[in-house]
Amino acid sequence: MELYVLIPFLPLAAFVINILFGKRYIKDQAHWFSCLAIIGSFVISVITLIDVIGGRVIDKDLYTWIISGDFKVSVGFLVDQLTVVMLFVVTGVGSLIHIYSIGYMHGDKGYYRFFAYLSLFVFFMLLLVMGNNFLLLYVGWEGVGLCSYFLIGFWFEKRAAADAGKKAFIVNRFGDFGFALGIIMIFLTFGTIQYAPVFSQVKGVIGQTVNFLGFEVDLITLIALLLFCGAVGKSAQIPLHVWLPDAMEGPTPVSALIHAATMVTAGVFMVARCNPIFNPSEVAMNVVAITGAVTSLFAATIAMTQNDIKRVIAYSTVSHLGMMFTACGVGAYAAGIFHLYTHAFFKALLFLAAGSVIHAVHHNDIQRMGGLRKYLPITYATMFIAALSAGGVPGFAGFFSKDEILWSTFASGSPVGMLVWILITAVAFFTPFYSFRMIFLAFHGKFRGTHHEEHHLHESPKVMTIPLMLLAAGALGAGWIGIPALLGGSAQFTHFLEPVVGHPELHGTHADEWGIMGLSTTIAVSGIIIAAIMYLIKTGVPLILARRFSFIYRTLFNKYYVDELYHFIIIKPALWIAYGFIERFTDAKIIEGIVNGVPRTIGKFSEILRKIQTGFVYHYAIIMAAGILFIAALFLL
Amino acid sequence: MEQVIMNKLGYPILSTLIFLPVVGALLLIFINRSRELWIKWIALIFSTATFILSLPLFTHFDKTTYKMQFVERYEWIPAWNINYYLGIDGISVLLVLLTTLSSILCILISWNAIKIKIKEFYISILLTCGAIGGVFCSLDFFLFYIFWEAMLIPMYLIIGVWGGPNRIYATMKFILYTLIGSVLMLVGIIYLYLYAGNTFDILELMQKSYPYQVQFWLFWAFFSAFAVKVPMFPVHTWLPDAHTEAPTAGSVILAAILIKMGAYGFLRFSLPLFPEASKAMVPFIFVLSVIAIIYAGLVCLVQKDLKRLIAYSSVSHMGFVTLGIFALNSQGVEGGILQMINHGVVTGALFLCVGVIYERTHSRQIADYGGLATPMPVYATFFMVFTLAAVGFPGTNGFIGEFLIILGGFTANKWAGVLAATGVIIGAAYMLWLYQKVFFMKVNPKVINIPDMDAREIITLTPLVILVLWIGIYPVPFLDFMHPTVQHLLERVNAGGIQETTIAKTIMEVVK
Repeated sequence: MELYVLIPFLPLAAFVINILFGKRYIKDQAHWFSCLAIIGSFVISVITLIDVIGGRVIDKDLYTWIISGDFKVSVGFLVDQLTVVMLFVVTGVGSLIHIYSIGYMHGDKGYYRFFAYLSLFVFFMLLLVMGNNFLLLYVGWEGVGLCSYFLIGFWFEKRAAADAGKKAFIVNRFGDFGFALGIIMIFLTFGTIQYAPVFSQVKGVIGQTVNFLGFEVDLITLIALLLFCGAVGKSAQIPLHVWLPDAMEGPTPVSALIHAATMVTAGVFMVARCNPIFNPSEVAMNVVAITGAVTSLFAATIAMTQNDIKRVIAYSTVSHLGMMFTACGVGAYAAGIFHLYTHAFFKALLFLAAGSVIHAVHHNDIQRMGGLRKYLPITYATMFIAALSAGGVPGFAGFFSKDEILWSTFASGSPVGMLVWILITAVAFFTPFYSFRMIFLAFHGKFRGTHHEEHHLHESPKVMTIPLMLLAAGALGAGWIGIPALLGGSAQFTHFLEPVVGHPELHGTHADEWGIMGLSTTIAVSGIIIAAIMYLIKTGVPLILARRFSFIYRTLFNKYYVDELYHFIIIKPALWIAYGFIERFTDAKIIEGIVNGVPRTIGKFSEILRKIQTGFVYHYAIIMAAGILFIAALFLL
Repeated sequence: MEQVIMNKLGYPILSTLIFLPVVGALLLIFINRSRELWIKWIALIFSTATFILSLPLFTHFDKTTYKMQFVERYEWIPAWNINYYLGIDGISVLLVLLTTLSSILCILISWNAIKIKIKEFYISILLTCGAIGGVFCSLDFFLFYIFWEAMLIPMYLIIGVWGGPNRIYATMKFILYTLIGSVLMLVGIIYLYLYAGNTFDILELMQKSYPYQVQFWLFWAFFSAFAVKVPMFPVHTWLPDAHTEAPTAGSVILAAILIKMGAYGFLRFSLPLFPEASKAMVPFIFVLSVIAIIYAGLVCLVQKDLKRLIAYSSVSHMGFVTLGIFALNSQGVEGGILQMINHGVVTGALFLCVGVIYERTHSRQIADYGGLATPMPVYATFFMVFTLAAVGFPGTNGFIGEFLIILGGFTANKWAGVLAATGVIIGAAYMLWLYQKVFFMKVNPKVINIPDMDAREIITLTPLVILVLWIGIYPVPFLDFMHPTVQHLLERVNAGGIQETTIAKTIMEVVK
């Protein structure tokens, strides 16, 4: 057995040990198994990364999983350039978050349970990125969803937490519904669901149509869009984005690991992995690009008005994920994955820093914070770096990836490319604005909480701040391996991924590229400046604006009322049909009416018949006589 | 006799697993009813011995042939050409094993729950399990019908004597529903006997072919018996009542094995005996299956009673089974058979789980629980595993079954596949809702000091957890049982030249 096989199974072992022995024996030492397992996986991932850089790609089956008729699927791994990037992100950022959790979760009564779930999550996430077929991808996909359910609802005594976990799982099931049908369509089309043979056969079916539920549709487009349904759910894109903000009920390290760095990016990974299926379908590509760009802008506008520090970051995540999809939609998969990779650092950092803040103030409301930089200097500095990186300030990691996406959309040369470029250029303004709004409100000015709270403000312990500093280094420098040729780099990251995802055709001059870069930088800086004016200098302005444009403000604050809409068009009708119609009418009245009615009718009929069975001889004699008379009358007449 | 493989083990294995429980029941008659512990242990020993003696079916089964195996055949009533004829193939082998396993679990879970008429209770359990084993093994229609009806009597008592407050209504409903269906099947069996030249031999009857008209009427006669047992929409309403009122062991028998008799009947009789009629009825069965999946799933969303919710979820899951069977391709049929086993394991386990807390609180109302994960973490873990299996989570057995069925159903008819897949969303919604209400949030004061599972309960549920994960992670050994049998079955069904006809057309033909 080769080393790489251990990558997913080390965390699985940690899960098994913690869940079986955690409660009785391991208790507050549970982090040892989980942390050592993921660090072990990280080390092996780095070794594998070096192997792959050396030109070795692995695609190997472990054992036959399901076999029925001509359907056969194995458990097997594919380790190529795309996989190792994901492995690096998952185990690398994951390790830091594990270590941070030691401090953050210290003293929680579910300590062992927390680390058990964390390890199980990592196992499924690694399975997701390493599987060599669609069904294994699906297993990982559902598995991370389950762990997300457990971890969002980790503090299950809280109703909101339990609700949010359930919501995440069920909303994702809507997406997975399409995803599963996509996998089935792939099997029916290609006779296999292994990546390699499927992708190599795609060329043969381009242009074929298929009758799907009465509609004649293009086969490849259908498959691509069904798969994309899954991505929309998992990566929280419109219209299935509603679960992610609620998911913030979970412990903060969970938000950092699952809802920023890894799980939510699975959709982007899947689209990139399936690029041979998406590429031939212009319709599917446009859907991906537009969904991404619209979601990106939509979420960014909501983020401006939220007061819960974690929700601001959650909407920011939705927005950044949208940007990654936009890149994929114009064929710039490498740019999308590049942003996935830099995003993992700065977003995990934003969350962990927010966690550090919550650790100090014990609530999430930025309106009741302020002036925290005095008390939490390390948290402040690292979060500032994260915000600069997220906002796309030149030199920081986020800048390079975001710039590559902007340039790819602009230079794609299609009308859709132009449209999405405009949308995400607008996003480039909002991102730094809401990031710095959050920082200025939380860390600058005067503390707006109670005296009692102020008394307890403190910087977090080293076990939490060291991961923050390491991530800050990543948020600053992780992008330097992807510096474009224009700025004297060699875009190594993009070239590394080229064997898997190819490269898009770009139409544009150096002058255009400079122009795009200059424009986005100007916009980003102006976002920061406006945030500074509104929240540092003229602090009355936000309130005036909120009053003046109260309709817009309320719409944004209430997240465009999407949750309310779903409540009225899905949940209420479903419950009404279930209760009012089926339970009380069809089942109770119609079916049970017949079931109970038939015996009752027979019973009534028998009652009547019984009345003539009196047992008196003279009754029978009279009836007999009457009968004889009747028959005689018939004969005579 | 080259079409069957006689039993080569040192003992008549199929007779043993049918009649050893009966022997145990007979022995119990002679035990003084005050010796409660003796009664329980004798029942447990007999059921365990039966299970152990049935294990060679798993290890010695020849997975390369579709032929009947472990066959025993003796003349019984030669005047009417009735034989004592037993044998199993890839369709029945796992069901037989599930039956012998279930009887142990039923006895273990009833250990403290049953407090009155203990002796009669264990006699009934043993007899029911023996008779159901007989149903799955019989290769003679006469023998089959005897087992099919014999099983009803002890089951009637289990619900009617040890059940909940409304048990009389429930048990009468159960008996009448199933009897009406069975009687029509009896007519069908007699017709077949006369038509085919005085034989009850099922294998011999399968060799012959029947005109379409005959097939059509016989299909419906058998359908009425099987559809009630499955139960299919719209003849499902006996199940929630029976489940709700039955004692835990009764619910487990119902869920794990009894309702499998219907689906088994489709596979064993309807498809091979009436292939053209079955094919013509595919759209009709698809419609009923999809309705069952969605309709019952929606009903689950609004249940207030734990057992009723799981009962309706059974209807939904069995909709998947009938859908898979009538997809008439190997993924669908094998998925259907596997899902029968899965449903037996998972729903049986869920009823066992409900039994665990019912024994402590005597309440089935979801509202009486809440926050159970705090006082009962071990129990919560077990329940979670079965919940996941019930919602078809990958890595559990439910996923393999549901995926194969949806794949098979989609191949046969895209609408059926798509609509069945929506059942998976609804399934997640009601199971997670249930789990949240019972286990999460603030601890309900009524259950604040409830003790966690004890060793006996853990021993009862552990084998089922192992099966859930084993079939989920490595289902190949289980699927291997089925391949040749299913292949043979499908060849027979698909050999008929008649193309699929719509219901309307079929009825028109018959009317003419």
